[in-house]
Amino acid sequence: MSTAIRAIFAASALLLAAATTALAASEADYKTAYAAAEAANKEAGLLRNQWTTTASTLSAAKKAGEAGDFDTAVAQAKEAEALAKASIFQATSEKERWKDMEVR
Amino acid sequence: MTRRFAIRAAIATLALGVLALAPAAYAADSVDPAADKAAFQKFFTGKFPKLKLEDFVNGPYSMNEDLHKQWEEKEQFPPYEFSLEAGKEMFSTPFKNGKTYADCFPNQGIGIRQNYPYFDEKEGKVVTLELALNRCREANGEAPFSYVKDDMAALTAYMAFTSRGKPMDIKIPNDPRALEAYQKGKEYFYTRRGQLNFSCATCHIQSPGERIRAEVLAPALGILNAMPIYRSEWSGMGTTSRRFTTCNSQIRGVPLNPQDDEYRDLEYYLSYVSNGLPISGPGARP
Repeated sequence: MSTAIRAIFAASALLLAAATTALAASEADYKTAYAAAEAANKEAGLLRNQWTTTASTLSAAKKAGEAGDFDTAVAQAKEAEALAKASIFQATSEKERWKDMEVR
Repeated sequence: MTRRFAIRAAIATLALGVLALAPAAYAADSVDPAADKAAFQKFFTGKFPKLKLEDFVNGPYSMNEDLHKQWEEKEQFPPYEFSLEAGKEMFSTPFKNGKTYADCFPNQGIGIRQNYPYFDEKEGKVVTLELALNRCREANGEAPFSYVKDDMAALTAYMAFTSRGKPMDIKIPNDPRALEAYQKGKEYFYTRRGQLNFSCATCHIQSPGERIRAEVLAPALGILNAMPIYRSEWSGMGTTSRRFTTCNSQIRGVPLNPQDDEYRDLEYYLSYVSNGLPISGPGARP
């Protein structure tokens, strides 16, 4: 019985270790995520509608990446990409929606 | 026969429906600055029926009685006075080549603020007073000033002062490019931007007189007639360029460069719809 429990603990520990290794972000993950965020923010710039929060989140991603904290760097880069995409959506939808606000 | 009649009736109804909708859709997309101005001014006079048209140029001071009293006291020793004096001196001081700002402007630059911005048909673009001043400097071999404060604010303060009381008088020439610039300015004014999803209209059309945090929002009508302004929040003077760029960053949008086409067009639109209201600049704001 106790051997069985030990085996279960050992297997769990091994699984956890394997999972942690699999979840930890690498420098390559960070670079991919950062490039995607930067590209989306550039597109927002072409639409003349960048957000200050995208820029600050991108900076935070870069800072974490340079410090070797790739988990934070990837999370921040993904956040920045989401913000940039939201600003693109805003700029695109406002091309017609601004008329709803007009005083006539 | 009955079926044929029913089909004809349906087609006729559809055609009528399309015809009825067509003018409305056209009206929404047509450019009619005079109609816009009338609707804009009617909106504000309807929203604030006790206010005289010319009072709108006093911004938040026209919206709130307590603030109005503070402002009257402030005007005894206006905080923009130093800037105004500096601007007067700068305006009359010759450049290194011996010429002055007066040589760059109609009527020697005196009492002309109400005509800016104007549409330059040669360039095909809107020219603001700030832009014209820097162009004057550069044409005379001087370095341009920052568009947002200090020297530029001082110069425009003096020029506005010489126009005080004169009604804003922006012209839109019969040129499709001028109408396009006007329309783009209008579009910019009403377009939501920044993470807070605000347009200029969110604050200055939907909520004038309301508070946003500690500040009372100014009405869009006549908002540029008071420029440049001394703002207590800035602890100094600011130009129209400063107002536009800080508005953008306050709503978490990355501001454009001062005097980019969008801002020039925005100034053109906002000034035009305030035609007839007196120039009151330089102003003071909380």
